[in-house]
Amino acid sequence: MAEERALAGVSEVQKKIRSAFDVFDHEQNQTVDVREIGTIIRSLGRFPTEAELHDVIAEIEEEEPAGFIRFEKFLPTMSRILMENKLRPVPEDLLLQAFEVLDQQKKGHLDPEELSRYLTQEGDPFSQEEMEEMLSAALDPEKNLIFYRDFVSMMTADEPW
Amino acid sequence: MGCGTSVAIENQGRPSEVDVSARLPSPALTMKAAILIQRWYRRYVARLEMRRRYTWNIFQSIEYAGEQDQLQLSSFFSFMLDNFTQLNGNGPDLISHLLDSAVDPVVDEVRQSKYEQIVVPESYSGPRLSFPLSVTDTNVLLSAFKEQQTLHAKYVLQLLHETQKFLKQMPNVIYLSSSYAKEITICGDLHGRLDDLLLIFYKNGLPSAENPYIFNGDFVDRGKKSIEIIIILFAFLLLYPDHMHLNRGNHEDHIMNLRYGFTKEVMQKYKTHGREILQLLQDVFSLLPIATIIDNKVLIVHGGISDKTDLEFLASVERQKVKSALRLPKCSLDHSEVRTSSRSSSRKSGRVRLNSPCSAGRMSHKKKKCRLTKQNSSSSSSSSSSTSSVATPRRPPPSPRLPSPTEMLQVPFLDSIVSLALPEPPREELEWRQIVDVLWSDPKIQNGCSPNSFRGGGCYFGPDVTQNLLKKHGLCLLIRSHECKQEGYELCHNGQVITIFSASNYYEEGSNRGAYIKLGPELIPRFFQYQVSRSTRKLTLQQRVSVAESSALKALQEKLFTHRSELMAFFQQYDINNTGRISINEWAQVLDTVLRLDLPWRTLRPRLVRLASDGNVEYESCFENISAGQPLPQVTPNFAETLYRYRTDLEIIFNIIDKDHSGQISIEEFRQTWKLFSAHLGVDVDDQAIVDMARNIDFNKDGSIDFNEFLEAFRVVHKLDMKEQQQG
Repeated sequence: MAEERALAGVSEVQKKIRSAFDVFDHEQNQTVDVREIGTIIRSLGRFPTEAELHDVIAEIEEEEPAGFIRFEKFLPTMSRILMENKLRPVPEDLLLQAFEVLDQQKKGHLDPEELSRYLTQEGDPFSQEEMEEMLSAALDPEKNLIFYRDFVSMMTADEPW
Repeated sequence: MGCGTSVAIENQGRPSEVDVSARLPSPALTMKAAILIQRWYRRYVARLEMRRRYTWNIFQSIEYAGEQDQLQLSSFFSFMLDNFTQLNGNGPDLISHLLDSAVDPVVDEVRQSKYEQIVVPESYSGPRLSFPLSVTDTNVLLSAFKEQQTLHAKYVLQLLHETQKFLKQMPNVIYLSSSYAKEITICGDLHGRLDDLLLIFYKNGLPSAENPYIFNGDFVDRGKKSIEIIIILFAFLLLYPDHMHLNRGNHEDHIMNLRYGFTKEVMQKYKTHGREILQLLQDVFSLLPIATIIDNKVLIVHGGISDKTDLEFLASVERQKVKSALRLPKCSLDHSEVRTSSRSSSRKSGRVRLNSPCSAGRMSHKKKKCRLTKQNSSSSSSSSSSTSSVATPRRPPPSPRLPSPTEMLQVPFLDSIVSLALPEPPREELEWRQIVDVLWSDPKIQNGCSPNSFRGGGCYFGPDVTQNLLKKHGLCLLIRSHECKQEGYELCHNGQVITIFSASNYYEEGSNRGAYIKLGPELIPRFFQYQVSRSTRKLTLQQRVSVAESSALKALQEKLFTHRSELMAFFQQYDINNTGRISINEWAQVLDTVLRLDLPWRTLRPRLVRLASDGNVEYESCFENISAGQPLPQVTPNFAETLYRYRTDLEIIFNIIDKDHSGQISIEEFRQTWKLFSAHLGVDVDDQAIVDMARNIDFNKDGSIDFNEFLEAFRVVHKLDMKEQQQG
């Protein structure tokens, strides 16, 4: 019985992966643009770093990289990631703490220059575009500050998946 | 460098990785924090992107499913025209209306004198034109349209007549050269959005000898100001014939217009002369050039290309014969109405389709889901061509009673039957396919060329097809439109193909930008984006996604509603014990089968239906938020649903019947029409039920129905909206 349930569980996972994959499979031929893989993995609830993402792509790419990934290669890798709980989600409260680390003076807000500096130079740096996009969502236009607590609430808002 | 002690006081003692007495977090910690934020943010963006993308999928699926329904309607017309010379007695005069209305027996000169006789009353305060046109006229038109005025029918007809005369001299393919000083501006789909056109003119200047423009098709349909747009475009065309160029789009097609709003718009704005205007427009549309080439290097067409596209052949076709992509040249109906056989024939052909024969022979099918056994799977015997499952509701439309060509070619040979290749299609059909390919195709990522089953016409063409064509003709770039893009433009095929789309907020407020291209003599494109906005507040990405998503989900819920009976029937088949729940898998399968919209149902599930605590789907919850607009007396749910579903088609048909545009048709006309149409669809409808319903709607009891009121009754209502409205 447990085995049946387990098997059913596997198949549910596979179908979930399939569904997410399908959103980006524009021509309905079981392939997606390789640049969308990160989005698909993340939308399935995983939190890869850029390095981890590159590793995954390297594993599932064609021998002759052709700009697209086939579902039959993506499925086993992604199933494994989900079943083994790899690329684990990061708890929300750590996110708030991360901002607090950057907010040395504990003002409760950051100004865009300092945040940009951190995020475009440290860790897995943001591109200029990513930084601008984040600022457009996070910045309070009147005060020109980022009230990160609100921003964190928005980023961690309940997602039905 | 803050003071250590004050930090300690302010810190509420929350568990934290920070050593509160340190003045600066260590570099390692900062890096950790940054990585964490980056990972979270990228995840957040990915979720937004996923929502944006499936929202897009929903809009496009429904849009293209609508276009395939359109095929249904046009095949209904074809069927009627080819099989009925006359309906019995009191039947609606559909036939005479549909009977190739392009062939207007009235000769041009006679037509001209007809509209010259139209008198514009003194009381008319709108713009007046004088021919030949001058800059005054175009300025007058622009101001008038900004003031929401309408151009009098007389001038419209005159303008169209002059445009027709002018376009007759134009070739199919126009060759332009970019001279030293000028840049050419290229715009994509406008779809009746006058605000976008005015914004382009505002930003980029009006067309003139110093400021040439190319408009790449799809000027009409969907938006509410289509007629104003073509009036402006045609006026500039006549004013600056060497500096203003228009390509035909797939919506410059009278059958598409019946469905997508242009015909309705014209009928509403021009009650007396609307029909005349539309007839003349048929000719004018079919006379629009198919392609424009700049400096022998840049090819501009509305849709795209196929591996069969041949510019020389294209230049030689008689373009004005192809009035509509949805009306096959008559003789090819005989040719391709092939009875499908279980043996694969050398050319995969099914019902009458728009597909171009593509050399690769590999067809990308819409995914064939396994069909639930109880359903009447009449189309299951057809070959794997992607046609049947999507375009046919229940059974294929009755085919003309002509001997099918393959029957004649089935030659018994020893023990097997040999299928010989079908004869080469007639020139007319080849010409038609060349044009349809160019107007309907879409680029794809991978190599090859396959029929565009999504749209029902044209091809998907890969980078190799682009490469080959460009090389063959010494070109370096293909600019096309036809597909809405979020940023208004998009490059693909290693930069050899550019999609340019000029209708901002196409699906929904905030859904996308519009853009145009400027091309100088060095032929390097520069892109300019814009977005018409009713609200001054700038929306964040999250807000834009949410607005668009909400709109898409509503459209999807309407689909669910109008198929409720069928869906419930299938749900209940799975729900043997009557628990109100079925598995996610079963739920997704039912939706796929019934709605035939190729959408990622599992990803959408949380937005559409509730989960019970045991992980199963409470299937009735997907109908919770939507209900009928008005209570319909004495109408069975099944019947009502069918009416909801085919509302648009009925509207079109009624408009055709209603010769004098009174908005009224007789009960008998209504009954006959409905009978015919439902017979064609294979929908069972009780004759008495129709009569009863019609009598109910006949408020004046004078034997006629105001069909606009009737159709209004079949609007769905979103309950959440109603609640908001009541509270607000």
